[in-house]
Amino acid sequence: MWRLKLVPANTKIPFVKYRHIAVGLSVIIIVAATALMFTRGFNFGIDFTGGTLMEVQTDGPADLANMRNRLNNLGIGEVQLQRFGDDTHVLIRVGVQADQSEERGGQYVVDAIKGELGAEVEYRRVETVGPQVSGELIGSAALAVIIAVGAMFVYIWFRFEWQFALGAVLSIIHDVMATILIFSLFQLEFNLATIAALLTIVSYSINDTVVVFDRMRENLRKYKKMELAALIDLSINETLARTIMTSVTTLLALVALFIFGGEALSVFTFAMIFGILVGTYSSIYVAAPVLMAIGIKRDTWGGAPVAKDKAEGKA
Amino acid sequence: MLYFERWKMVLIALVCAAGLAYSLPNFFPKSSLENVPDWLPNKQVNLGLDLRGGSYMLLALDTKGLEQSRLQDLVGEVRNALRDARVGYTGLGIQNGAVVVSISRPEEVAKAREAVEGLASMVSASQFSALPESDLTVNVSGQRIEVSVTEAAKLSQLQQAVDQSIEVVRRRIDELGTTEPVIQRQGADRILVQVPGLDDPQQLKELLGRTAKMTFRLVSNAMSGQQALATRTVPAGTEILYSADEPKVPYLVERRVMVGGDRLRSASPGFDQRTGEPVVNFRFDSIGGRQFGEVTRDNVGRPFAIVLDNEVISAPRINEPIMGGQGQISGNFTVQDANNLAILLNSGALPVDIAVLEERTVGPGLGADSIRAGSIAAIIGSIAVVIFMVASYGLFGIFANIALLINVFLIFGILSMLQATLTLPGIAGIVLTIGTAVDANVLIYERIREELRSGKSVVAALEAGYTRAMAPIVDANITHFITALVLFQLGAGPVRGFAVTLAIGVVTSVFSAVTVNRLIVAVWARYTRPKTIVL
Repeated sequence: MWRLKLVPANTKIPFVKYRHIAVGLSVIIIVAATALMFTRGFNFGIDFTGGTLMEVQTDGPADLANMRNRLNNLGIGEVQLQRFGDDTHVLIRVGVQADQSEERGGQYVVDAIKGELGAEVEYRRVETVGPQVSGELIGSAALAVIIAVGAMFVYIWFRFEWQFALGAVLSIIHDVMATILIFSLFQLEFNLATIAALLTIVSYSINDTVVVFDRMRENLRKYKKMELAALIDLSINETLARTIMTSVTTLLALVALFIFGGEALSVFTFAMIFGILVGTYSSIYVAAPVLMAIGIKRDTWGGAPVAKDKAEGKA
Repeated sequence: MLYFERWKMVLIALVCAAGLAYSLPNFFPKSSLENVPDWLPNKQVNLGLDLRGGSYMLLALDTKGLEQSRLQDLVGEVRNALRDARVGYTGLGIQNGAVVVSISRPEEVAKAREAVEGLASMVSASQFSALPESDLTVNVSGQRIEVSVTEAAKLSQLQQAVDQSIEVVRRRIDELGTTEPVIQRQGADRILVQVPGLDDPQQLKELLGRTAKMTFRLVSNAMSGQQALATRTVPAGTEILYSADEPKVPYLVERRVMVGGDRLRSASPGFDQRTGEPVVNFRFDSIGGRQFGEVTRDNVGRPFAIVLDNEVISAPRINEPIMGGQGQISGNFTVQDANNLAILLNSGALPVDIAVLEERTVGPGLGADSIRAGSIAAIIGSIAVVIFMVASYGLFGIFANIALLINVFLIFGILSMLQATLTLPGIAGIVLTIGTAVDANVLIYERIREELRSGKSVVAALEAGYTRAMAPIVDANITHFITALVLFQLGAGPVRGFAVTLAIGVVTSVFSAVTVNRLIVAVWARYTRPKTIVL
């Protein structure tokens, strides 16, 4: 009977052999991400900068130049306009007003724009975030990422050994940095949903990594004398079919969402698609080299069934 | 692993049936659900504001203003206390967040201190402690007395102000006639307002942003507003207030309040019988009516000002005593203005100014589009995954797909049952769950393949597949669940909706992809007794 097999049975790809290339690539990614973060920065959404965002729909194709002209004469600072999806949808972004007095606070901007554009457009979405709230959101977003990474470290440490936890966390950091790199490079809007996407990536990357680790733990018990490099290769190859299958089903769902899910979700979904790809790579090529570098105390996974139970009893 | 006790099978079937039953209402129009009796599942998924359209607002109380007004009241109280005690003093005022006063004669300091300390009352320190604390601390150094408000008192005052504000906000929103608004306290000094399906959020904002402190006061007859401005003299007991409508006209208004807005019993929008212009009709309660009657009787011929949030709405002349406790406010209103003013007067004044910190409004058009796009994406994503699973695993792929279908019903069932909020990112969470739910099946099937390759019998391979795949399945799902928890803590609104569906998805996928799938395979294996399987 015919079966779609993305990965043939019994692959013997020498992953560990090429780890130096991979480590080099990962180092480049992390360095580049850090550099871009400080030089180019991010295109932060109003969640983090404060300000006003409006999505309007025009009857025919929107005349951006005309709208830009009119809105920039309202005395509310620089007004940014951009098409959103098709050419009848326009995003209007205005920064936080320097004057936050009662008369000129966030509401003033919305009123001014509505006064100018009037009924010629449909107001699909209006968001105003005050400077106080945006400051708090930055803090809680950063905290959430740190807590998530920390929780993963503790969980893996608890289920495996600290070497595994370190490998897993480094691979998460790698994935987060790679995603950040893309956001900075293409100046994609970085908002609260991006943080949600980052956390989801963290979770999927860990998922992949854990499956490989789990198999390594099993093989460590099974083949007591095997070289660590050979053992890591064996484990990755044995789980490769699953790794690819799951990435594909997840990507199928995400690509459907990216294409059909509408403009509002597109950056969010794009971040996750990218993250799944990077996460699949990192669970093979970041977590494993870290384990190679620091080694594993093999006696932890002791021989006798009693000792095995003990090891699991830690979990 | 393949043997199921009868009661377990029944239990699993019951859970699936319940999931189906609770998700069913979502497939019928809402109106047809009204006839469904309460003992049957009749609740639909609660759509978030980004899907049904509506406004989300985060309001903050002006805590500084609250403290400042408390200090101003305190100045008055200290003045009265010292006067009653017949103690001479100078320099009574507010300095660095405390009321300070210098007692003229050193021998009277003790007496003054006693009088001021008499002003203190007890407040409960916090919600969690029953021990009452004094609301004032009095410090004496030399002839100087400093009275400050304790933290406990500030806290209890803030609590009260938030509670009152929530009440007022609720009354104002109810006047708009919207359904199911959510109004909750958030943090110490904030109020979260969510109003679904509102045609005009502008009106809501205008209503929430107003303090709506109304007073009826006499216009000073010492001089006109213009004169006071020109000569830069403001007689004692008066202040200059401007008219609400353009052009701004100055009025010299007495500080003393004839009747306060808290004496209003009701207000309603209407039209003036002679001019036909929109007005607001109001009625005082009995005390207010008497007060108003007395003042108008004694001041016939003088104008009085109707002041709302320090703006003069109108300043009519008192032509005759107004004894009935009823009146009419006219002030160049539009119909909408008159409507809003009536709502504000009926709902009462906020105890303190409120600012809108954050506002997110989604129009009904965008919400409907998002639902449509999300549903299409979910359906296409599911079909792609279903085809892929059958292509990869054949019959076992179909088993996995049955589990996936049950999974989707369970997610909607739980969402409906818990009345959790489904947002657009929440839909993304469901689509993502569809993609990853089959992960458990992939892990199991790949393991079975391996076991078959190593030469195990069909039954042994199936057993081993389910048993050995459990550890990575559990690990993978616990890490997902941890992420969902962190996300839930982080986000409000849409992002939280993502966390909710992700968390529910983890639970339902483990149940459907492991338990339900295993049951299907077990039943299949029992009836067909396969000698070999192609996987």
